[in-house]
Amino acid sequence: MLTLISIELYKIFKKWRAYIGFIAIAVLASIINLAIYLTGDNGPNFALRSLGDQFVFAGNLLNGYSIANLILQALYIHIPFLIVLVGGDLMAGEATGGTYRMLVTRPVSRFQIVTSKFIAAVIYTALLIVWLAIMSLGLGLLIFGSGPLVAFKTKIVIFAANDVLWRFMAAYAFATLSMTVVITLAFLFSSLVENAIGPIVTTMAVIIVFIIVSVIDVSIFQSIKPYLFTNYLTGWSYFFDDPIDYHGLMKDAGVLALHVAVFYGAALYFFSKKDILS
Amino acid sequence: MNSEQVIEVKGLTKQFREVRAVNNLDLNVYKGDVFGFLGPNGAGKSTTIRMLMSLIKPTSGSIKIFGLPLEHNRREILRRVGAIVEKPDFYLYLTAYKNLEILGRISGTDTSKKRIMEMLELVGLEKRYNSRVKTFSHGMKQRLGLAQALLHEPDLIILDEPTTGLDPQGMKEIRDLILHLSREKGKTIFLSSHILSEVEIIATRMIIINKGTAKVEGTVDELLNSGVLKVTVQVDAPENALSLLNQSRWSQFLDSRANSDLFFNLRKEEIPELNKFLVENNVAVNALIPMRSLEDYFLAITEGKE
Repeated sequence: MLTLISIELYKIFKKWRAYIGFIAIAVLASIINLAIYLTGDNGPNFALRSLGDQFVFAGNLLNGYSIANLILQALYIHIPFLIVLVGGDLMAGEATGGTYRMLVTRPVSRFQIVTSKFIAAVIYTALLIVWLAIMSLGLGLLIFGSGPLVAFKTKIVIFAANDVLWRFMAAYAFATLSMTVVITLAFLFSSLVENAIGPIVTTMAVIIVFIIVSVIDVSIFQSIKPYLFTNYLTGWSYFFDDPIDYHGLMKDAGVLALHVAVFYGAALYFFSKKDILS
Repeated sequence: MNSEQVIEVKGLTKQFREVRAVNNLDLNVYKGDVFGFLGPNGAGKSTTIRMLMSLIKPTSGSIKIFGLPLEHNRREILRRVGAIVEKPDFYLYLTAYKNLEILGRISGTDTSKKRIMEMLELVGLEKRYNSRVKTFSHGMKQRLGLAQALLHEPDLIILDEPTTGLDPQGMKEIRDLILHLSREKGKTIFLSSHILSEVEIIATRMIIINKGTAKVEGTVDELLNSGVLKVTVQVDAPENALSLLNQSRWSQFLDSRANSDLFFNLRKEEIPELNKFLVENNVAVNALIPMRSLEDYFLAITEGKE
């Protein structure tokens, strides 16, 4: 299985599309860091600006942590679009290229084929999130240094500088789980068809529709909101609350993990039954 | 012929919605056979090969390879089978070498540089080992397809149109390679081909299928020499020969004449009798050419004339 996973990763990273996400994150994080660095104190205390009348802020609030938090929130909704480029191609790309025939006629089971691709997809997702951490948190700390983090969720919470790093690590871990749901959905669609474009567009459409339905304040939409996985993708923000709602966190993580299991199981089921005609 | 059965197919059927691509097909391939698998387009050849390679599941019927049911022994069987199924497709963005290395690693076989280069040399691609497959012609992909099929030294090699896209020299090389694998290495070859002359040259046994059903199966020699053959007899004095023939029982077998060629419809065993008759009656026979080719036979079978 390790051999198959390493081969799948090799194939992923031999395609140009695998680097689009890394490049996009690098460019966006660099632009944000650079823009804030150049505008300095006059510029981007945007998050605090509205509170300036009621509060007096002291210390280095414009630091690597606040930049990383900002980038995480800004990019978070867009990362799925970068991930589906790879997820949608994993199975359908083999069908398009005719290489299913080469794979399936080897002495490996279809379970091994699907599972190795799925694990490679999860590793790719994790690497993209690690890259996001490096480009947002790492670069932010390098440019702006450390300091306390002002976070807004249900209330304003100020975390001391020595209480922030682990929260980011946990948030990135949760983000990996969230993005794994997205890539597994693309993977599922990819196992059903023979062209990578369909799964990419379909996954993006599902995410867009679900997010829009989640945010529109109409009672019928609100009643179905708990059943939309997009509602749980932002569970990473639990780590920037005090105290952390561990019950809510575990519930969100559980829902996402269940989605991953169902999407992967469905992909495995369909591929195992599939007649390879490409 | 060795009696060890390598492929045993019984009652194989594949139904795609309204279309029955393969219908109750029986097929037997023995160790050391170069088995020709013939049929017109849409006869069910590719569907059968896909079922043999477990790419698609049969609707009913059984497949045994090396005496083991394919359904329950897929991995053990595929470890000993190499195949080109339809056109060989590769990861176009990878080099020929890397494609073979990846496929070899998945098969769990020797993927040392020496072994991979040996295979590339065998199919004449050693100079292009570092070129991406997307730069390859169809013929080069066919050669690479053969290399990947042979990489893990399989006992059974299933080849679906292996010479498609090759130039005449390349076709001959592949034919020679197939014969070498069969005769020198003792491999069993299952060869689907549209090029009937190719099958006629290299196959030892064959089956002709049409509309998903087996029409005939047997040794090439048996099948081609059964029934009536068209025989061309070249003589020095055709007028004398004709006059002689018209007074004999051979006139009923005479079909037509063109210059010094006389055309007969004869059974195989009647050919030497006719020769003897002509020679004994002082007609110089320059040549006796049985005209029946696999193509004639194939057409007769698939058109239902035989």
